[in-house]
Amino acid sequence: MANDVVDHRRRRFLTVTTAVVGLGGVGTAIAPFIKSWQPSARSQAAGAPVTVDIGKIKPGQKVDYGWRGVPVCIINRTDAQVATLSTKDVRSRLRDPDSKADQQPPYCENNTRSIKPEWLVMILICTHLGCVPDYKPKIGPEPFDPDWKSGFLCPCHKSRYDIAGRVYEGVPAPLNMVVPPYHFVDDTHVQIGVDPKNKGAA
Amino acid sequence: MAKVFTRLGGWFTDRAPGLMPMYRKHLTEYYAPKNFNFMYFFGSLAILVLVNQIVTGIFLAMFYNPSAHEVIPGISQAFASVQYIMRDVQWGWLIRYMHTTGASMFFIVIYFHMFRGLMYGSYKKPRELVWLLGMLIFLALMAEAFMGYVLPWGNMSYWGAKVIVSLFSAVPWIGDTLVTWIMGNFIPGDATLNRFFSLHVIALPLVLLLLVVLHLAALHEVGSNNPDGVDVKHGPKGNRFGPDVPKDGIPFHPYYTVKDLMGVGVFLLVCAFIVLLVPHMGGWFIEHDNFTPANSLVTPSAIKPVWYFTPFYAILRTIPDKGLGVLAMALSILVLFFTPWLDRGKVKSIRYRGLLYKVVLTLFAIAFVVLGLIGAEVVPHIVTSIGGPDADIVFWQHFIGWICIAIYFGFFAFLWVYTYFGFETTKLVPERVTTHD
Repeated sequence: MANDVVDHRRRRFLTVTTAVVGLGGVGTAIAPFIKSWQPSARSQAAGAPVTVDIGKIKPGQKVDYGWRGVPVCIINRTDAQVATLSTKDVRSRLRDPDSKADQQPPYCENNTRSIKPEWLVMILICTHLGCVPDYKPKIGPEPFDPDWKSGFLCPCHKSRYDIAGRVYEGVPAPLNMVVPPYHFVDDTHVQIGVDPKNKGAA
Repeated sequence: MAKVFTRLGGWFTDRAPGLMPMYRKHLTEYYAPKNFNFMYFFGSLAILVLVNQIVTGIFLAMFYNPSAHEVIPGISQAFASVQYIMRDVQWGWLIRYMHTTGASMFFIVIYFHMFRGLMYGSYKKPRELVWLLGMLIFLALMAEAFMGYVLPWGNMSYWGAKVIVSLFSAVPWIGDTLVTWIMGNFIPGDATLNRFFSLHVIALPLVLLLLVVLHLAALHEVGSNNPDGVDVKHGPKGNRFGPDVPKDGIPFHPYYTVKDLMGVGVFLLVCAFIVLLVPHMGGWFIEHDNFTPANSLVTPSAIKPVWYFTPFYAILRTIPDKGLGVLAMALSILVLFFTPWLDRGKVKSIRYRGLLYKVVLTLFAIAFVVLGLIGAEVVPHIVTSIGGPDADIVFWQHFIGWICIAIYFGFFAFLWVYTYFGFETTKLVPERVTTHD
């Protein structure tokens, strides 16, 4: 009170520095609260890679595994099933035959959408509204398709996919089904959740 | 940029003309005495802790499960979910320790805040209503803290709930029925935990917030007291803030917001030290027995409440009769409500009151702390360390306890006699606050 002359520059400097330091503190304090919404250590452990034995899966057979709480199917595709993937008959009916959309790791961006042609590893969730499509292995007429070439049919809204999980034209689902990161540990073991070269978790 | 703010301000003023006057009334044109000292930090700190408890509490409620059902034998869902927060939720340990430390800091702040009121006579006319609302806040806070302590469903939660709720069995005729009704079971169980959770996170916080608003509204009607106990509102008028402004008043904002910011800085430093380095405070903030799950068959070796309840708990324990003990404990809180009418002295501040007031207030504060030590089971250690292993712990504990109870209630009795019969010789209260220029 002794000094009646107000130094506005000094006052502004003090106001700004106090506000900046205060905002810094508040920002730092907010971070833990925001991070607490991230998957907890328990959820992260549940999202750890899964190693499965595929040695007993017969040709044409499908086996489901849980990974991060979603169903991952592994199918030992027969030569006939694999052969359908390259036919013009199938490819001309697909929305994204060359897997342009980012629904698979780069090493599966091929015609079979897999590392080894016969082994399909895929998250079995319809890209329309999240149902689990049925595996329809038959090559031949089906009630829902007179010229069925083997693949998946979603029971909810009848979206159809070929045997590589590529979506058909004219169905509600917009995208091919997702291929998760995976690699072959040896000839009979697949680890889901880890890319082939880098062994860290995806 | 400035133009945008002006237009935005105008937009709001057109639609809610009451906002700016409210802001001015409570902040920029609330003229507080300019001689606030250290003891005046605790009001704003209490609001800070309240905000901390609400924010951390909202986040804890996202991960906590109020269920006594056992997920694995011996471990309830509630206990497990607290461990989940501590171990698995990202930064959950920090959020929980901020909440537990906040609970204890709340009482430290409130006890200083109340003692400030006793020192400077802030409860006296015309601020009786402010004091009463403050006491109601204290009551609500005690209920809130007790129920919060039950939620982790550790063994001390369980037995604390059992002992505290059983206090109601001392109510004549309906006591036992009342206890069963509160617990929703014959022992504390899932029903108890669920209702305590609901009260802890919804009902009592709403009550607390409402009371805080009323406490502040009542205060701003009559204006703040100060260390000199001089009513600046009725003193000389006119200073550089306006001709009708109390001469010794300064706008709360920016003067006291800036001062309180300083207090907040120091306070947060202390809190950060506790939260990050000693969150259990050696068993004072979180008791050791609460790290074991609730067990209805095994009683902890010593059931004692958290430190902030121990002075009242010591009164209960020292009196060797259940009914009288509960009554005395209830009275020890109730009597504080009547302080404005027990103290008939016209002089507010301890600076100008009689010597004996200073003496009895000091004794009262000491008795309160010693009762706290008795309730916290510290006195046996002190007795044996002074009198050797053969010292009669029970005798000394009761002896000291009775003296402290006598001082506690004697303080209020003395205050009435001292002021009602005019025994107090006061000093001359100055016209204006002593630090005016």
